Amino acid sequence: MSASTPAIDVAYLARLARIQLTTDEEVLFTSQLERVLEHIAKINTLDLSGIEATAHAISVFDVVREDVVGESLPKQVVLEQAPHQANGLFVVPKVLE
Amino acid sequence: MKSSPFLTIAEARRLLVAGKISPLELLEELETRIKAVNPKIKAYLSWDSEQARQEALQADLSKPLGGIPIGIKDAIVVKNAPANSSSKILGNYRAPYDASVITRLRAAGAFPMGRLNMDEFAMGSSTENSAFHPTYNPWDQTRIPGGSSGGSAAAVAAGMALATLGSDTGGSIRQPAALCGCVGFKPTYGRVSRYGLIAFASSLDQIGSLTHSVEDSALLLNAIAGHDPHDSTSLQLPHEDFTSEIGHDLKGMRFGIPKEYFVDGMEPGVRDAVDKAIQQLVSLGAEPVEISLPHTEYAVSTYYIIVTAEASSNLARFDGIRYGHRTTRSTDLLSLYEKTREEGFGAEVKRRIILGTYVLTKGHHDAYYLRAQKVRTLIRKDFEEAFEKVDFILSPTSPETAFKLGEKVLDPLKMYLADIFTIAGNLSGICGMSLPCGFSKRDGVELPVGLQLLGPSFEEKRLFRVGHAYEQSTEWHQQHPAIF
Repeated sequence: MSASTPAIDVAYLARLARIQLTTDEEVLFTSQLERVLEHIAKINTLDLSGIEATAHAISVFDVVREDVVGESLPKQVVLEQAPHQANGLFVVPKVLE
Repeated sequence: MKSSPFLTIAEARRLLVAGKISPLELLEELETRIKAVNPKIKAYLSWDSEQARQEALQADLSKPLGGIPIGIKDAIVVKNAPANSSSKILGNYRAPYDASVITRLRAAGAFPMGRLNMDEFAMGSSTENSAFHPTYNPWDQTRIPGGSSGGSAAAVAAGMALATLGSDTGGSIRQPAALCGCVGFKPTYGRVSRYGLIAFASSLDQIGSLTHSVEDSALLLNAIAGHDPHDSTSLQLPHEDFTSEIGHDLKGMRFGIPKEYFVDGMEPGVRDAVDKAIQQLVSLGAEPVEISLPHTEYAVSTYYIIVTAEASSNLARFDGIRYGHRTTRSTDLLSLYEKTREEGFGAEVKRRIILGTYVLTKGHHDAYYLRAQKVRTLIRKDFEEAFEKVDFILSPTSPETAFKLGEKVLDPLKMYLADIFTIAGNLSGICGMSLPCGFSKRDGVELPVGLQLLGPSFEEKRLFRVGHAYEQSTEWHQQHPAIF
């Protein structure tokens, strides 16, 4: 793993994850995460052919219930938490031109 | 004072039921203690005195936990109380509902008292990742209390809570319990509803308790366990009384000592204390058996792939739209997301989201995430095979005692290795406990050592039986830090 070609493109991943990073953070995270990746590469030494994946420690199944209207939080209670709301709606920057 | 700051739930209940103290007096004495001690330890972020007083006044002493205040980790929501998961991104959020564990605590007569500090979104092993402030170890205030439930552990250890709730994704209850010298209990995955727990890694997160005694952990699990339609991973299991095997002896029980957990590099005082605990269990009639958990060395790698993948997905909900913090510097929707998350998340959370995004990216998913899930199967099988030979497994909870503030902050990998003995328990879903087993002298300071007991899935009663027998045969649980 040479310094010129980092194993992990932090700036690209930050864009995918919708997080703006400073240049200093990009540099720091790159070196820190390269070390972490070196460590976690350990699992590549195992032969995993024929092994099934575990998604949950217990068997988790889709759970269905009767399709009846239940109680939920009142609209106003939910909207009260919003940083910006008006007319019973969440307000966001313009999405469509 | 009618109560001791280190009163257990069971002792407090006896005083309450006998009329020697009222729920309000108990609460007032607790609050006096918090006001005196919290400025030094900083375990609590906040508490609502008036709300707690109202609940104490209405306490129904005929219920199993009637009149008992319980401290709550900041990741578990309580109606009308702030809930931040120690992150700035939740802003001035106040939860509009109770987590199911809070509903259940109330149904058992207990009530929530205070918000406890933690690593931001439970990501950390020292509570230094809190966006608000660090919490200090009650035994030495230049040291960390462990994490992520560091506030929950420090509050109990410093006599600022009878008991607290925490959450354990990779050791976040057991490791701080060990480093602060109290009992930490992680129930089996599926035993307790996570509805109202701010999600970190959903295939691993489990709510549990931090207490002064093993019996108290069982009493709390009696209250919080059970199926909840709001959490499809909470299982429908027959009701049990988790205290029912407390007091039974250990004769004929076999316990496994995993050879992979007793390797070089462990703090010598930790090793000594755990060796003595093994002898103590032998003297109580249990038989040690050397076992192997051959995939132990892959646990940290597996864990950090799965945990970051799940966290990157879970934390996508913090977008500045529906609740919490929103940036004032945005020009369009994309920059609203990016700047809100830049301002709201701390460094460790950003790092983990980025790593999680990496392991889920096209081209990496199969190499990392899928492989990690397969290694998880091997780790789970290690435990299943071990539990065919033994009734429970014993190890240190942490390879070291409490480290200094700042010691590992700049080295994430070193911090990740702090959970080396606890994370396999989460990957396999089994139940686990940490309890005090002595002290180790580190830099001239006597610091608590934690003994970890691991049991098969849904065998919590067995762990309470073993833990209680050990605890009552030693005096470690009666040692408290000198804080006034």
